[in-house]
This record gives sequence, structure tokens and C-alpha cells, in this order.
Amino acid sequence: MSPLRLLGAALAFAAHLAASQALAQPATDLAFEQRLKRLEADLRCLVCQNQTLADSNAPLAEDLRREVRTLAVAGKSDDEIRAFLVARYGDFVLYRPPVKGTTWLLWFGPFALLALGALVWLGVVRRRRTAPEPVHDVQGAVRARALIDDPPT
Amino acid sequence: MTAAPAPRRNLLIWGPLALFGLLVAFLFVGLFRDPREIPSPLVDRPAPAFSLATLHAPQKIVSTSDYLGQVWLLNVWASWCVSCRVEHPLLMELAKTNVVPIVGLDYKDRNPEAKAWLEQHGNPYALSVVDADGRVGIDWGVYGVPETFVVDKAGVIRYKHIGPVTVEALQNTILPLVQKLKRA
Repeated sequence: MSPLRLLGAALAFAAHLAASQALAQPATDLAFEQRLKRLEADLRCLVCQNQTLADSNAPLAEDLRREVRTLAVAGKSDDEIRAFLVARYGDFVLYRPPVKGTTWLLWFGPFALLALGALVWLGVVRRRRTAPEPVHDVQGAVRARALIDDPPT
Repeated sequence: MTAAPAPRRNLLIWGPLALFGLLVAFLFVGLFRDPREIPSPLVDRPAPAFSLATLHAPQKIVSTSDYLGQVWLLNVWASWCVSCRVEHPLLMELAKTNVVPIVGLDYKDRNPEAKAWLEQHGNPYALSVVDADGRVGIDWGVYGVPETFVVDKAGVIRYKHIGPVTVEALQNTILPLVQKLKRA
């Protein structure tokens, strides 16, 4: 390839890059992309339930990612976007379930168990501490030794 | 440990056993639950409105409001959906009884394929509306095809069935509910 053609190709490539950047203008906003990514990492894919919306390749996940993007572009806040999905799919779409009556056990159960364990442990420790020390009757031992060594006749 | 009074020792023995029993009970119940069935927040809420073109007459637009005043079923289907074939004979039977109109939501499908599919397997639907991009599906909380909704006269979703409709679901849940809603 001649230097001139090489230069032409490079220029064409640069032009192409610039054009594609210009086309995707709103989407190249890094902070916006990061925000979407964070949001999608917090949402569950309904089809493959152990994957987040960000990780899943399921067609529904693609649709929902597009929906999330559309809403975000329209200026909706993260909470509004989450509310949009919860209204349609329920709390299940959230990887962080909201704290409410039905989720108290889920949120606070582990801490309750921990507290229970601490109480049991405290009880055991206290009982050990207050238990009477085993009696070491030194005098009695000496007397017994004497009796063995020198039994009374 | 022999010094511990009897009630306390009982608690120490039976307490953990009771907790274990509770855990076993939860796990046992969990064995018979389908993790794919997510309770829909849309039940007992107004059905999300749509205005969509029908499959067989693209210039005809059908809206949810057209069905106000009657009980109807919305069945989400697609020609690419394999398990839709499982429930299809049942829907055909149901359609023959004329008990309740079944509206099909042709979800993320192509019209020629969808029409061919109905010709091949029979058409149980009063009509099918076309949701080509799945946007209405999202509004209805659809995440797996097929899904079936029961909508009452006031346009409120009263029941959602996820997956192929079974004979049991139809006879024990859907039909009794439809009869009850029609009387209401």
C-alpha cells in the first residue's frame, strides 16, 4: 500500500470514528453510562433469575435494558425507573428488596439470630463464671496422705 | 451440667430441635413451589391499557377499553413459543364452549409466521393483537410466554396464570373465577 493510500485510509477511518461518535452523542456520556450500568446491576432478569439485567443476554433483558435507557434519557430518576419496573414485575426485580412488613424477617432475621446466639453465649459464660470453684482441700489431702503413709493401728 | 434445672435443660434440647424442624418445614414446602412463578403486582389492578393493530386486519385497532363490561381472557402467545403448543388444544376446547372471549397478544412475533401458526394449529382467539416489539408485554409484566390473564367487567386483572394453561388450572381456578366474575 502506497503512503498516500495509507494516509487516505487513516483519514477515512478517523472520519468514520468521528461520525459514529457524533451519532451516539448522548450515549457516550460516561457518567450516564455508568449510572445505567449501576442501575441495571441492581435489577434482576426475570427469565434467568440469578442474573442481573446488566449480565443477562435474554431477549427480555435486552428489552428491559432498552426500556431503562429510554426512561433515563427521558429524564426519569433511578427511583422512578425502579418504580416503573416494580409496578410491572413486583419487588422480585429488585436485588435489594425494600424494607416492609413482609420482608422484615429477611432483613432483620439474621441479626435476630445473631443476637440470640450472643445471648446464649453470654448465658453460658456467666454460668461458668458463677459456678463454685472446685474445692481443693489441701489440709484434707495432707491428712489423707499421712493416713496412707502411716495408717493408724 | 447435671446442676441445670429441668425446664432450662428442656429448652436447651427442644429449642434447637424446634428451630431445625421449622427449617425443614420451610425447605419441604419450598420443594413444591415453582421458582419461576413470580406473583404479579398487577393482579387486582386495572389492566394496562393498549391500542394495538389486530393480526388479521392490521388497519383495525383494538383497545382494552373495548372490552369494558365483559369478562375476557388475555392469552400471550407467539409462533416461536414452544410451550404455547402444549396449551393450545385446551384453548381450542375453551373457545368452542363460548364461555369467555380469548384475546391473543401475539408477542414479539412476525405476522406471516403468526398467521401460519394459527392456520396450522387452529385459532381459538376472538382476535389477536400484535405486540411486535414487546412493549405492551412489558406493561403487562410478561416475562415468559405463554401467560394468561383473567380480566373482569371493570377492566381489572383478577388472575394471572404463568406458563401453559393446564386442565387443572382451567377447571379449578380459571373457569370458576370467570363464572363468578360474569355473575358479578
